[in-house]
Parts: sequence; structure tokens; C-alpha cells
Amino acid sequence: MPDRKIVIQKPALTPFNVVAGIIVAVGLIITVIRFTQGLRATTNLSDYNPWGIWIGFDLLVGVALAAGGYVTSAACYIFGLKRFHSAVRPAILTGFLGYALVVLALHYDVGRPWRLPYPFIVQQGTTSLLFEVAACVALYLTVLFIEFTPAALEWLGLKRARSIVAKLTLVLTIFGVVLSTLHQSSLGALFLIAPSKLHPLWYSPYLALYFFVSSIIAGLSMVIFEGSLAHKHFHDKMDAEHLREADGVALGFAKAASWVLAGYFIIKVIGIAQTNAWNYLGSGYGLWFLVEMLGFVLLPCYFYAIGAREKNLKIIRRTAAWTVLGIVVNRFNVGMIAFNYHLPSSERYFPHWMEIGISVFVVTIGILAYKFIVTHMPILYAHPDYDAH
Amino acid sequence: MSISRRRFLGWLSAAGAGTTLGRSAHAAGGTHFTGYPDSLGVLFDATRCIGCRKCEEACNKVNELPAPQKPFSDLAVLEGRRRTDAKTYTVVNRYENVPGAKGPLYRKIQCNHCLEPACASACFVRAFAKNSNGAVTYDESVCVGCRYCMIACPFEIPTYEYDKAFTPRIMKCTFCHPRLLKGQLPGCVEICPAEALTFGKRRNLLKIARERIELFPGRYLDHIYGETEMGGTAWLTISGVPFRELGMREDLGTTPAPELTKGALSVVPVVASMWPVLLTGVYAISQRREKIAREEQAAAVAEAVAKAQAEAKAKHTEAMAKAEKDKKAAIDREVKKALDEAAKAKAQESAAAAAADKKPS
Repeated sequence: MPDRKIVIQKPALTPFNVVAGIIVAVGLIITVIRFTQGLRATTNLSDYNPWGIWIGFDLLVGVALAAGGYVTSAACYIFGLKRFHSAVRPAILTGFLGYALVVLALHYDVGRPWRLPYPFIVQQGTTSLLFEVAACVALYLTVLFIEFTPAALEWLGLKRARSIVAKLTLVLTIFGVVLSTLHQSSLGALFLIAPSKLHPLWYSPYLALYFFVSSIIAGLSMVIFEGSLAHKHFHDKMDAEHLREADGVALGFAKAASWVLAGYFIIKVIGIAQTNAWNYLGSGYGLWFLVEMLGFVLLPCYFYAIGAREKNLKIIRRTAAWTVLGIVVNRFNVGMIAFNYHLPSSERYFPHWMEIGISVFVVTIGILAYKFIVTHMPILYAHPDYDAH
Repeated sequence: MSISRRRFLGWLSAAGAGTTLGRSAHAAGGTHFTGYPDSLGVLFDATRCIGCRKCEEACNKVNELPAPQKPFSDLAVLEGRRRTDAKTYTVVNRYENVPGAKGPLYRKIQCNHCLEPACASACFVRAFAKNSNGAVTYDESVCVGCRYCMIACPFEIPTYEYDKAFTPRIMKCTFCHPRLLKGQLPGCVEICPAEALTFGKRRNLLKIARERIELFPGRYLDHIYGETEMGGTAWLTISGVPFRELGMREDLGTTPAPELTKGALSVVPVVASMWPVLLTGVYAISQRREKIAREEQAAAVAEAVAKAQAEAKAKHTEAMAKAEKDKKAAIDREVKKALDEAAKAKAQESAAAAAADKKPS
């Protein structure tokens, strides 16, 4: 490992730094265009397609993949599964970064971002599910920030403040689960108001439940996926506890994810039965729906189970990456692909390259922030001066 | 069981009170909203529209919208399929070769001013209002620009000023709300030369529409589009051909938009109140389980220690007893040995004495 350590500490022109630098530079240029020329110049949004990938990817996928924070902290602090303790801080960190980036991306998407606090301070549209989403995301971002602070305070050496925050752990965890349940589900419920626009195979009165349950799958899979990436690149930052527990975290989470995927599959089938949408399965959309259900739900369910039974970490890690992709597919389907299915192809939406550019830019900022924080703060190791909380 | 006359009468009055209470509760619950009383509407008769685009022109003028690229007198734009956009509140589309129609048919598109608007229900900053006169209006001074109203609208009416970087607005027909307040007709209604648009109180328009359908059953389909679609709209349409032939969706259902999200919203207080209780319970259970495990461990350790101690003690006592016994035996042995020696010495002594006695005699 010594040579790897040298690579990380060197701020020189490594391929990673070059690529990240180019992405950030391009992102900043698009940012200037977006905020001086408007949405028409940078997006393919239209009157038929008011939401593109800045909602479909940055918001819907971003929030789902940031679910690892509440899933892991609930498992450790509420359900008392202490053997997952070393996974909590990395999960909270990615959750916090994920939500912060969701909020950042929303500034690009909405027409007048400086008015984003208006729903709270000017007029409350409480009949809107978007109000629920906005309120919960704002509150949960705050909760995640506070949950993240112990690591920052240890880094800064502020013992007193750190011990106060550490005492709030349980309350924050419960608050986080409540808020996550509400906004993860209401992101799906956003589309309940448009039954005539979302394809019947994806539209269901259970949309809220689907989004909540799949967020648990996303959270579990992201922790495994991200853990395998962290092992590859930040192995030297991990302490003995983290390394000892890491395999157990992957195995335990794989088992849980397998069960939740099985449950998710069943409620999806019940949903199809409930809306009696069976006849659509024969259409083109039906085929795509089957790809999602069999390829991205049932298949990972099976491979997670196999991986957990045979304690095969290789299978588990690959399945986690595949499941994360499946979450992306699902959110894209609901937000874009199966949305406006009734329109002729000439009116359908495909993202502008600048929209993709901003999404890549936002993800890159997240990776850079993660890299900075894990190399400086006690995330992958416990600080020797402090007791665990 | 016998029922007394008095008890029977008591039940009867209770039942009577129950029915009156039930009725007033239903009226107060407002679950079946049929629009503000005496709210206004417009009836569009698709059999009368001649596609002259005069309404588009009047709309553009009274709402002070930017001038279009092609003049309103240019009917060539009817070749393509158009929709409302940020510079156009209303458009007329032409439908050719519709089965059962002699010539081309036309349909005017604008905001239908739903009785329970999806846009207003979806807006998280309450930028939309359903006015008591029937108009659905928009307040740009609070709009954040999230465009959820455009997602929500089943008629695809609201549009957005994507061109503007700093002051983009949602643009949509206002039912000429400012004009209505001044007692004027909506621009499009006022100008229509073919009387395809009839303005009035919605409930009267429904009567007029029904009269026309009854008087000319061959001319109209027996349906008033907008009477129940999405819970009902202020603008109504009657036609001689199926509405889908005029690009209108027939699968919208009769559920008003707020009903669609009511269930999801009602979950909020349940989650917010039940989750903390349940999760604290789960936490308490896991804590207690750990505590019991700790106690059991401690008890097991104590028992093992006690057992070991007792064994050691027993061994000790046994050893002590043995040592005592050994000691006693040793003493006995020593005593016996001493006695034996003493006896031997005595015997030797007496033998020597006997020998000495014998010698002198």
C-alpha cells in the first residue's frame, strides 16, 4: 500500500485530477450560461416537458442514493446492530453530501432559485406534495449536517461541542428516519397528481410506498458499493475496527437488501394487480417494465441472497453496483421515460448536453468533497482521543 | 327481549337526530365540491367554430402579449398541431378527415379553469388561486419556477418563459379575470363571430348545452366535456364527434386533482407521530436486550466464580483435615514409638536386674 498513499497525497497531474479539473471548468462555464441566458439556452425543457434530468437524476436519483445515511444509522443506533458502527460515518457523510448536492442542483433547475425559501417564509402551499418534499429535504439536510459534525469537530479538536452533539445521536437518528420516510415516499407521490401522463405500469396509488421501499434498497446498496470503492482508494485511511467490520457490513447489508428487494417485487406485482395493468405488459413499455422488474429487482435479489449465503464479497459488490443502476433506471422511468408516454416522439424529451454537463459537474463536486473529507477527518477510522457515540 | 314503548320512541328520535346530523356533516365536509355558486364559465360549441383565429387575435390584444411571427389572418398555421406557449394563451387547431364530419373541425384550446385546479393543488407556494368568479389566476410575485403545475395540469395548459434568465413566469389564460372584474367579457368570447363561445354562469351553460343536445340529437354527442372531467371545469365543450378526434383526452376520469394526492398527504401526520414512538420502542427493546444479556453474563460469571471458590474451599478443608489426621497419626506414632522404646528400655532394665540378682546367689 505505500505507493498508493503517495499517489493520494500528491496534488499533481494525476489522470483523476486532470479529468475532474476539466469537468469542473466546463461546469462553471455552463453555470455562467445558465444564470445569464436562462433555461432555454442550456436545457431541452419545453412546455410539454417541464422536468428533465435535473429533476429526474439530480433530485430523484440523488435523494434515493443518499438514503444510506438513515438506513445505516437506524440499523446501528435504533436496532442496536453495533457491528455496523464503522459504516455509519461514511454513510452519514455520503448522505450529507448527496442532499447538499441535490439542493445545489435545484438552484439550476428552478426558474428563480433565490426564491427557494418562499414556500417556508412567504406562503405555504401545504396541499402540495412538493411542499412536503421541500420541507423534509431542508430539515433532513440540517439533521445530516449535525450528524456529520462530530467528525468535523474531532478534526478541529473542539471536544466540548463534539460531546454535546454526540449526545443528540439517538434523537437525530429518529428524526432522520421520520423525515426520510416522508420525503422519500413523497418524491414518488409527486406523480400521483398526473395519472394521465405517467404510464399505467408505473402509475400506481402505491407510488409513495414504492419510492420509500426502494430508497431502503438504494441506501443498503450504496453503502456496499461505496464501501468497495473506498477500500480500493482509501484503504490506508481505515482503522482496524473498520477493516474488521467491513466484510460483515457487506454481508449483513446484502442479506437485508435481498429481503427488501423480494418485498419490493411483491408489492410491485400487487400494484399491477390492483390497477389491473396486466394487458400493458405485452406492449413495448411492458417489455421495458419487465426489464426493470426482472433485471433490476429480481436478479439482484437472487444474487444478493447467493452472495450472502456463500459469503462471496465479489458477487455482493457487483450486485450492489447493479442495484444502484437499477434505482437510476427506476427513477428515470417514473420521471422521464414513462412520463409523457402519450406524446408523439417529436415532443418527447432528451437532455441537452449542458444538462448532462451540470449533472456530471455536480457529481464530481461530490466526489471531490468526499475525497477531501475522508483524507482529513476521522470518517474511515475512529479518532483515538474520543469514545464512540 | 321486550322493548318498552318509551325505549322504542327514544331510539326513534335518536335515529332521527342521527340522520339530520349526518346530512349537515356531509354538507360541511365539502367532499363533493361542485364549484363556487354562480361561478362563471364558457361553453365552446365545436360544431360552430369556423377556425378564423379571431379569438387568438383578441386574446393577444387584451392580454398585451407579444405579436406572433405570422399574422393572425394567416390560416396556414392551422396545418400544424399547436399548443399554448409562453406567448399564446389560446390556440385553435384544425382536425381534417374526422369520421362522421362533413368538413374540417376546429377546437379552441385554453385553460379550462377547473373547479378544483391541479395547478393550484400542486403549487408549493400557493401562486395559483381559484377565484369565486371561476377564474384560476396566477401570482408571479411568489412563483419559484419549479414548474410542478405544468406536470400536474391534465390539459397541458401552463407554459413557462424559458427564455428569461431572471424573471421567468408561468404563462396561462386568466379567463380575462381583470376584464371580468370590470364587467367585461373575455376577449375571445367578445370577438367570436360564429357564436361558438357562450359566456355565462356555469350552471346555466350546462342547461344550454343540454338543451342543444336534446334539440339536435343528430348534431351532438350526448356528453358535455368538462361537466365531470377532473371533477369539472368552468369551460365546457360540446361536439358532434368523439372528443378524442379533437385531440381531447377521454381517459382523465372524474376525480378532482386534490383527491389524487389526499391519501399521500394524510400519511404525513401518521408517520410524524407514530414513527418516533415505534422507533423509540425498538430502541428500548434493543437496549433492554443488551442489558439482559449483560446481566446474564454477569450472573454466569458470578456463578462460575462462586463454584470455583466453593470447590477450592472444600479442597482446602479436606486438605486441612488430612493434614490434621496426618499430624495426629504422626503424634500417635511418635507417642507409640516413645512408649515402645520406654517399654523396651524397661524390659532391658529388668532383664539386667534379673541377671544381676542371679549372679550373687
